[in-house]
Amino acid sequence: MQNLKQHLIDTLLILAIAGPFTSLLLALVGASPADAFGHLFSGSFGSWSKFSRVLNVWIPLTLCSLGLLYAFRSGLWNIGVEGQLVLGAVGTAGVLRLGVDAASPLLVLMLALLAGALLGSLWALLAGWLKIKGGVHEIFAGLGLNFVAMGIILWLIFGPWKRPGIASMSGTEPFPRELWFPMLEGWRVSPFALALALAAIVITAWVLNHSRFGLNLKAVGHNPRAVLLYGLSPQTYLLTAIIISGALAGLAGGVQVSAIYHRLIPAISSGYGYLSLLVVMLANFRLLPIPLIALFFAALNVGSIQLPMMMQLDSSLAGVIQGACVLSALLVFGLRRLKKGADG
Amino acid sequence: MQIELQQIQKSFGRVDVLKGVDLKVEAGTIHGLVGENGAGKSTLMKILTGYLSRSGGSILIDGQEANYNDPAAAAKLGIGMLYQEPQDFPPLTVLDNFIVGRDNHPDNRREWQQRRLDELSDQVRFQLRGDDLLERLTVGERQQLEFLRLLGRDAKLLILDEPTTGISDRQKERLFAALQQIRDQGRTILLVSHKLEEIAALCSRVTVLRHGMVTGEECAPFHIPRLLELMFDKAPVNSVQNRPQATGKALLTFENISANGERTGLNACSCTIHRGEIVGLAGLSGSGQGLFLRLAAALKRPLEGQIRFHGTTLNGRDHRTVKRLGGCFLPANRLEEGLIAGFTLVDHFTLAMSCSESTARVAASAAIKKFNIRGTPDTLVESLSGGNQQRLLLALIPEDANLVLLENPTRGLDLASAEWVWSYLRSQYSSRGTVVFSSAELEEMLEVADRILVFFDGRVVRDLPIGQVVYRDVAAAMTGY
Amino acid sequence: MNNLSLTLLLAGVLATAAPLIIAALGETLTEKAGVINLSLDGSLLLSAMVGFMAAYESGSFTLGFAAAAVTGAVIAALVGIFGIYLGQLQVAVGFALTLMCKDLAYFLGNPYARLQGPQLLSLELPWLSDIPLLGPVLFRQPLVVYLSLLLIALVWWYLYRTGRGLELRAVGENPEAAYTRGIDPRRKQLLYTLVGGALVGAAGAAFSLGIKPGWGRPQGIEGIGWIALAIVIFGGWHPVKVALGALLFAFLQVIGISLQGVWPSIPAQVFQVAPFPMMILALLLLNLAQRETFRHALQRRPGLALLVRRLQGAPPRALGQNFKPDR
Repeated sequence: MQNLKQHLIDTLLILAIAGPFTSLLLALVGASPADAFGHLFSGSFGSWSKFSRVLNVWIPLTLCSLGLLYAFRSGLWNIGVEGQLVLGAVGTAGVLRLGVDAASPLLVLMLALLAGALLGSLWALLAGWLKIKGGVHEIFAGLGLNFVAMGIILWLIFGPWKRPGIASMSGTEPFPRELWFPMLEGWRVSPFALALALAAIVITAWVLNHSRFGLNLKAVGHNPRAVLLYGLSPQTYLLTAIIISGALAGLAGGVQVSAIYHRLIPAISSGYGYLSLLVVMLANFRLLPIPLIALFFAALNVGSIQLPMMMQLDSSLAGVIQGACVLSALLVFGLRRLKKGADG
Repeated sequence: MQIELQQIQKSFGRVDVLKGVDLKVEAGTIHGLVGENGAGKSTLMKILTGYLSRSGGSILIDGQEANYNDPAAAAKLGIGMLYQEPQDFPPLTVLDNFIVGRDNHPDNRREWQQRRLDELSDQVRFQLRGDDLLERLTVGERQQLEFLRLLGRDAKLLILDEPTTGISDRQKERLFAALQQIRDQGRTILLVSHKLEEIAALCSRVTVLRHGMVTGEECAPFHIPRLLELMFDKAPVNSVQNRPQATGKALLTFENISANGERTGLNACSCTIHRGEIVGLAGLSGSGQGLFLRLAAALKRPLEGQIRFHGTTLNGRDHRTVKRLGGCFLPANRLEEGLIAGFTLVDHFTLAMSCSESTARVAASAAIKKFNIRGTPDTLVESLSGGNQQRLLLALIPEDANLVLLENPTRGLDLASAEWVWSYLRSQYSSRGTVVFSSAELEEMLEVADRILVFFDGRVVRDLPIGQVVYRDVAAAMTGY
Repeated sequence: MNNLSLTLLLAGVLATAAPLIIAALGETLTEKAGVINLSLDGSLLLSAMVGFMAAYESGSFTLGFAAAAVTGAVIAALVGIFGIYLGQLQVAVGFALTLMCKDLAYFLGNPYARLQGPQLLSLELPWLSDIPLLGPVLFRQPLVVYLSLLLIALVWWYLYRTGRGLELRAVGENPEAAYTRGIDPRRKQLLYTLVGGALVGAAGAAFSLGIKPGWGRPQGIEGIGWIALAIVIFGGWHPVKVALGALLFAFLQVIGISLQGVWPSIPAQVFQVAPFPMMILALLLLNLAQRETFRHALQRRPGLALLVRRLQGAPPRALGQNFKPDR
């Protein structure tokens, strides 16, 4: 109860800082804050069609954020999530390419997603291995690998996987409809992808909060020295955590390919890897707020699409609000910490 | 410079580290400050240099009350300190290290500073080259440099905190000669040490600190037994008794073990510990005992030599091997190394027993009763008191353990808790297991151990069955006699 | 390759490298003092936009650069205050800032997108520019190029030849020891975070007013901030090596454009990736060299050992850690 109250106060404080800040910026460019917020809302929750688009963003964002949570539990800053997402997309696209004429498209789709998760986790494993065996900080290893992943996807799109005739930033040849993620009539979001994300939430909640693995992982993150005495190997847990993190990011990449874009494009990640880091930071590294924050961020992303048309504003307002929220959160958490230090 | 501390108090949270310390140091003398570990020497000195704030009391310099609260201000008044851990910048050059600091001579031209460094080196016969990288130097040389730097900016009061730990004999001689030389120039020196030999050689007066209070002050020439008496609690009257000698099989053997770590490392240590023994590792802290325990637990790897536990060599193995064979280690800093802050008792039992939460909950409840832990199964470990944390650590030892390695098991515990810990260990392990523990409290060791290994400067200097222990000899061996 | 195209190539390298050098040297100063400012990428974009806007509105390059530098310093101040004084992870703050500033730049800069604005012209130094071959390379460049080269020497001199530079390095290596010697590490760290940020800001203006003139979405300098960060590491936190790293990268980029003619299938962006594996390799080498076994192996090969020492630079030991004095 005490905790809940504090979280509520924190949330209000964060909004009380980020809200006026954003309004000020809007006023600065001569736009009405009320109109802008109104458009953001109507553009995301205004209709089922729009909301289903929000969900399409929410799915990969949630998957990545959940993955990050595993890494953070073990004490790792998996900033390489962006590259893992990209490689996941590559893995999925690779299998889908092979399965164009396969007899069972559903099987191909499953295999493709699996390949996405696998490639994502391999890319994460590389960062983890560099950290544990090479002493390269995971932030730098991850960042570096993100750009290498970017290089790989560009090379594929412009090289071996290029469209017949023309290679362009518009990506590879779209996959046939049989290889799209199954849809329901009238839905713009795949219910199966939605189910996948919801399952990931439930499983993650159980693993992190109720399983022994989750407890051990948390112990490693809290005190890597002490866990030695309990017979745990911190290295094993760090690697496992980052592999899971990469697998979920890879899965998100797979969803981007198979359920959203139906081909590989250079911007396949839509920056959701980096954005998911913000989601987890704003959630203060806790699981429960993640789906809600991811939904909020997804709504901002989708709602902002119509800003250029309706108000001649750049759609990057979404990112500004997201960043402002996270910075306000860091400020609030930091001040709370300072106060705690002064009291203790 | 004459300096006088009056009723200095310091507490960290609820712990009183200094309980009203008076200390007067006359100008132009070398004054010694001795005491066991945890007596409060370093804290007192850090207050004197403005590094720590004081909770109460006042500082008088040449009879004038001085108020300062950071090292910069203390330095302006002419107070300089050679810290126990070198406070320098290893990747920079010797000359750079000599120059850095707001407390320096205003003339910061490098040529001038280089000349000054050379002058001072010549004066006290140190050999330091300005363009060497500090990280290539030995600890002793780094200390010499810091010493010169303090001289160079005209520190009138020089505080040296355990200056001879980890330096060679030759460097020690040089340092002592230099100290005497600058004393004769009229500077005041405050020497903090637990090596009585050094104190006896240099100081004209010495103040003894114990548990944050001054227990006495003596003038040269010193009567060493008297100092030991002031430093340590009195020898318990009935402590030395003949306990049955252990005759069990060899359980743990160290063969010519050398290792890096702590400050002294461990040098060529060989010994065999048998089943059924209670072995005390005596020594002032950081003399190699902690390292010994960590090596035995396979938490550290030796540079040379072989350690065998139940006949299995531990080279290249980790703690899991030791754990499997029935060994366990309880570190002194319980919350940093032994327990996991943010975790409850149940969480700890789940980890230790690798069982389900419900099983762990049952075990935690049982342990709370059996070990009389003040807490519930869902209490976070960091909110337990030190004594209760230790009880929890004992409760987490697996049933079938046969070697318990404990580092300062009663540190920070009140008398009742400490007694409880020992009665538990005795009842549990005297018949079927072996206990190896380190302690800074000699009398505790005499009360409970069957055998004592005395550590000094990274070496085992005595290995005595309890029947042959003479309290004074052990105390003297611990301080280098 | 004939002389003319070689000259053009080298001139292009110098120009491309200039803002990168300025930004990377700014970050070097900050990191040398022990603070890691991860906001570079967003910071560059936002200050590029602000610089362009200010110069466009006022018609003054000086104002443009000043506004950009202030922008960079303000962003850096947030990293400094949140990290050093509020105890938050410096990388977390920097990362959030980098994403936000990028979007902020697009958002606020929207009205200025694709406008024809002021642009620094090449400054021909009399006589010098007439030297054959070298002249056009070195002495027919926008002013920022000369300034960037000057800055290399200046930063090196400040770090290694002045008392304040020594204090800066000391704080980055061991703030606690600096504190015992009467230096306030937190104030120093904040100061150099600001200075570094201001340089990053100036680098942003160097892009939008000179090297990649104008403003738009995308601006074409996205990712450069991350590259600057990588170069600081690759250059071993040494200003001269960092600058060489920036030049090497610029060379790869320029040659990448030329190579597009040879391998049209590979987009130029692929070449932009090069600094990152190099950064990882540099870090790997750095850490391996600290391993006992590796060191033993090196001891027997003095030549190789020297090479490794030259290549590797150690990070400031207190990098990214927030110092808080005990009281």
